Amino acid sequence: MQHLPIFPVLLPLVVAIILLRKREGADPVRRTISITATALLAVVGFWLVTQVAGGETLVYRLGNWQAPYGIVLVADRLSAMMVFLTALLALGSIIHASGGEDNQGSNFHGLFHLQLMGINGAFLTGDLFNLFVFFEVLLLASYALLMHGGGKARVQAGVHYVVLNLAGSSLFLIALGVLYGTIGTLNMADMAERVSQLPADRQGLVRAGALLLLVVFGLKAAILPLYFWLPRAYSSAPAPIAALFSIMTKVGIYAILRVFTLIFGEQAGGLAHLAQPWLWWGGLATLAMATLAVLSARDLRMQISYFTLISIGTLLCGLGMESTDSRGAMLFYLVHTTLINGGLFLLADLIADQRGKVGTRIVRSRAFKYTTLLSALYMMGTVSSAGLPPLSGALAKAWLMSTATLSEGLWLWPLLLLSGLAGVVAASRAGSTVFWRHSNGERVSERLSRSKLVGAVLLLSAAPLLVILAGPIGGYTQATAEQVAATEQYRSAVLGNVTSVAPGASADAD
Amino acid sequence: MEALYAITTGILTASGVYLTLRGRTFPVVVGLTLLSYAVNLFLFSMGGLTTHGAALVGTNDQYADPLPQALVLTAIVIGFAMTAFAIILAMRSRGDLGSDSVDGNRTDREDPRENKA
Repeated sequence: MQHLPIFPVLLPLVVAIILLRKREGADPVRRTISITATALLAVVGFWLVTQVAGGETLVYRLGNWQAPYGIVLVADRLSAMMVFLTALLALGSIIHASGGEDNQGSNFHGLFHLQLMGINGAFLTGDLFNLFVFFEVLLLASYALLMHGGGKARVQAGVHYVVLNLAGSSLFLIALGVLYGTIGTLNMADMAERVSQLPADRQGLVRAGALLLLVVFGLKAAILPLYFWLPRAYSSAPAPIAALFSIMTKVGIYAILRVFTLIFGEQAGGLAHLAQPWLWWGGLATLAMATLAVLSARDLRMQISYFTLISIGTLLCGLGMESTDSRGAMLFYLVHTTLINGGLFLLADLIADQRGKVGTRIVRSRAFKYTTLLSALYMMGTVSSAGLPPLSGALAKAWLMSTATLSEGLWLWPLLLLSGLAGVVAASRAGSTVFWRHSNGERVSERLSRSKLVGAVLLLSAAPLLVILAGPIGGYTQATAEQVAATEQYRSAVLGNVTSVAPGASADAD
Repeated sequence: MEALYAITTGILTASGVYLTLRGRTFPVVVGLTLLSYAVNLFLFSMGGLTTHGAALVGTNDQYADPLPQALVLTAIVIGFAMTAFAIILAMRSRGDLGSDSVDGNRTDREDPRENKA
């Protein structure tokens, strides 16, 4: 199917336009449209994955303009995987949101799909300027969604988030200007071709532009000096949005991976691997800070935000490591952490519903009815997130650690294991307070919203499923890492007319 | 012309950065606006500055690079929307939090009359 790569962008756009026609309320009709469309997006995402799993790179030329001049969408294993992952996460979030959260303000479903359009576009585009445009689309939707329902905390977090991201967008444009002025193109494949033949006197400027891009993507991904907006924004956002946001940081990770392997990777001559040390040390520092911070959290949602930060630190370390194998392990960890952290945010909302006024603060509360169910889910999520066996986190972390070289391992092993320990300590302390320490009195039985529960369970079920399906999924992420490293295939697919086959084509995938 | 252009962009950027770092939402919004003006100028110049050259190949020996012009248009539109949003947000936070500090937790001590206005 020739038009498949543009589907994940067009489908949410069309659905969003339909859903935006009426502002107020979220009636059953619109919920059905919204959930169906998201499920359809998941099907499209899975289809895309099966199409590219063999190693082809699908290139979609808009208006059939040839690549360096026209706009292209590129779907390779990495893009397809991210699109599918986004759709799965969105499905859980939107089902949860239909439990009542979408009625707190106007236009929830329309904005939600616009955000999906931006995210999918960012994953699929083959052009740096379009990456900027799709970033803006997803940011604009996220500004509105972050403040959905209003309230002091959200507005306060929103001001920081918006101002920071506006400044980030300015930096992005400056970086694009520098890179266009020196390299002469913004098509990523074309940039990769030209960067290797760059005259020596321009290398300094290109380096500056590239590192500016790293700052911008680092702000999205939340690297150490640039992460201070994250805990507050994530912990005050409505639960389904916080869950969806756990893919937003991964947009930054994806952009770093794409730009700094394709354009400034192996073949870039004097500029090769220029982000590597920044990513490695930045990742370690993020990991260390988040490990300390997770212990200090006094609120469940804040704690989960720091779990997210731990995972970002881990991902950045994976990006900063040398071997292609660690890239494969890091992509497997990315799938795991996105789904589990999203699920935990949804679960925190379910717990808050039961506890009444106390919400998600880690203090003594009234007794509630569904303690067993909720605490079992909480344990499953945090055990997986902290990386204890037998759930997916342990597998992902063990794989990542096994790919470290000796000098990398000396830093990575202790930090990663300590972050796991801190996660276990923080989660067990929070869990025992939330689920066991109750004030005397009647056991309250609030209604347990079924769709909220379904959404949370859907995402948290990734923890056992990723272990059961570890073979095919691990094979796919490994093949993805090999494909990302083999940049000439991407370049020839975009710039030529050939759809070449990757070296790791024989690897089986789901 | 290059020097004048560069100095203008530089001054705009410096003012924008300074204002963005202020503690109140209004200067921050103005700062972001100035910053986006500077960025637009910068983007416009990224293909090199050409005088008396249309963005058409073949009409003249000298022609301007059309791509930066297209990009800067996109950037202007996006920047405009973002500024509008930031202003509404600043007003909303002033209303909801009772203060126009970017952290939202300080009361207006400097000028008590502001509260009544």
